[in-house]
Amino acid sequence: MSENFAELRIERVRREFGDHVALAELELTIKGGEFVALLGPSGCGKSTALNCLAGLLPLSGGQILVDGKRIDTLPPERRGFGMVFQNYALFPHMSVHRNVAFGLSMRGIGRAERTRRADEALRLVRLSDHAHKFPAQLSGGQQQRVAIARAIVLEPRLVLMDEPLSNLDAALRLEMRTEIRRLHQSLGLTTVYVTHDQEEALALADRLVVLRDGVVQQVGSPEEVYAHPANRYVAGFMGYRNMIPATVSDVDEEVVTVAAGRSVLHGVNRDGLTAGSAAVVAMRPSDVTVGEGENALRAEVEIVEYHGREQAVQARLPDGTALHVRTGSRLAPGDTVSLTVPADRVLVFAEEHPPGEES
Amino acid sequence: MAERGVDRVLWLLVPGVVFVVALFAYPVLYGLQLSFQPEEGGGVLANYERFFADPYLRDTIWITLRLAVPAALINVLASIPIAYRMRGRFRGKRLLTTILVVPITLGTVLTAEGLINYLGPVGWFNKILMGIGLTDEPVRLVHNYWGVLFSLIITGFPFAFLLILSYLSGIDPTLEQAAATLGADRRRRFRYITLPLLAPGLAITFCLTFVLAFSVFPSAYLVGLPQGETRVISIAAYESAFRDTDYPLGSAIAMIMAVVMLVVVGLVLLWRSTLYRGATGGKG
Ligand SMILES: Nc1ncnc2c1ncn2[C@@H]1O[C@H](COP(=O)(O)OP(=O)(O)OP(=O)(O)O)[C@@H](O)[C@H]1O
Ligand SMILES: [Mg+2]
Repeated sequence: MSENFAELRIERVRREFGDHVALAELELTIKGGEFVALLGPSGCGKSTALNCLAGLLPLSGGQILVDGKRIDTLPPERRGFGMVFQNYALFPHMSVHRNVAFGLSMRGIGRAERTRRADEALRLVRLSDHAHKFPAQLSGGQQQRVAIARAIVLEPRLVLMDEPLSNLDAALRLEMRTEIRRLHQSLGLTTVYVTHDQEEALALADRLVVLRDGVVQQVGSPEEVYAHPANRYVAGFMGYRNMIPATVSDVDEEVVTVAAGRSVLHGVNRDGLTAGSAAVVAMRPSDVTVGEGENALRAEVEIVEYHGREQAVQARLPDGTALHVRTGSRLAPGDTVSLTVPADRVLVFAEEHPPGEES
Repeated sequence: MAERGVDRVLWLLVPGVVFVVALFAYPVLYGLQLSFQPEEGGGVLANYERFFADPYLRDTIWITLRLAVPAALINVLASIPIAYRMRGRFRGKRLLTTILVVPITLGTVLTAEGLINYLGPVGWFNKILMGIGLTDEPVRLVHNYWGVLFSLIITGFPFAFLLILSYLSGIDPTLEQAAATLGADRRRRFRYITLPLLAPGLAITFCLTFVLAFSVFPSAYLVGLPQGETRVISIAAYESAFRDTDYPLGSAIAMIMAVVMLVVVGLVLLWRSTLYRGATGGKG
């Protein structure tokens, strides 16, 4: 029904609950047809941001513009955005088919077309056989697909999805993830997708927005955010599970030399560090390999978990810091090993990074 | 014990069961058998025949229904918009709820006194009406049908309001939000989402306030016309049993009263059984 917009601008949008700032000055421009993921841990303000966009929460400040026209003063029913709720919010007293057709009948669309479009939406989410059932008679995954069908049947100019996969088991989650991406591509719907799962965000989105305590930490493509996290917080979220305290001993342009865990490491200077400052060394478990070589650390193996092709190993550095490693080689608790990391995979951040500031 | 299928916790029910039997089942059964033993002879059903033959007795059913059904309906219908607006959290909610619920604690006699003071021939209401020249004669609002209806509304409203408020609070607010994102304005959200989910609760609330109103007794005396248009069925039962000391007839009237209530409640519950009655939470 509604044609795609060229751009949706979110300008300094702010939301407070009492004196708690749930969302601070959100700035974002979403282009028509784009798939944006809002990523962050529980309580960082993702749902708040989505509810502000949908019009379910009044803003404490800022404005939202669609192609230059302010929409933040419109009630939700006049914004023409579809929403998939975190808890699905299916109407329990209506059949699946009526749930999906509800939005169509609110728009005054005639019975024949309503049925046709609802059938089509249910076919897209592969629920045609369950159209006559009630929500309570469906599994969690099926309910979730009804919620998606109900939101997309109107072909809204913006679809908001609030952790739609969080209640599903791992297999179904993967399947639905592909489904959502497929729907996005085939219908070309502009989507804002909220999740706390970095893998999901990386897999689905054209652009990621990483939030922390209501403050945007980084905006970028999945590749950018994954390979060049803006700060140590984003790095932690992007799988840099190892965060080792260190002291900078030498700086040579982008390369820093640090003393960490009684070893000397070279890494990438991410925060403009200078010699002598306290730092944190971030490494992904999968970037650490077992063996002698450059950029090595000595550690004692403590815990070994079997993960099929790989092992997840927790080792301890001489100074007592824990280090997580994923490796194909067979290790046993008590082994003393040498671990190496390529210098370009070692990110060195300042000890405490002020939130909100991007480096 | 548990292996033999009796949970020991169930023994905790014993006092309750004894209580119900002693205070409810026994009097009902006793009254029932008493109603079949008419004082003045005749068949087993003589008391019932007498009730339905005598218009002075028979009409009390109609008189009571004419009070109880509108009172219950008004209470339910008035509670819906007020409770609907009071679902959420807002400043002063507790105070407002208290004010709305206070009449429960007043009791019928105080309510009646208040009604006479406000709505009586020399009460404030009539003084104001006459003061601004709307009427020359005081409007009769107590010691007739209206007095009893007002009293039933005042005492029944808090029950209806509290019940409906709790039914409304049980409906997941994200359902209405979802409807809003699908294009439903306030009116249609209420019409298509909240009302259907609330309807079973409305039926129950109607039944409870109806039963309360149907057994109206003190206010029919105090602010009504107990020998005239508010001669409700409980007055007839009371007079038979205690003025005329005809216990069997009194029992028969009490039985008829119970049957009328059961019929009304049964009809409402029958309607309710055609509605959706499942969970009203978010996941359906
Ligand atoms: N109605 C409210 N009143 C007060 N504080 C609130 C309210 N709603 C949210 N908050 C607070 O705002 C912050 C952000 O909440 P929000 O629901 O946006 O988190 P979230 O990122 O969606 O988390 P989750 O992943 O757990 O859903 C939280 O700290 C929360 O406590
Ligand atoms: Mg949330």
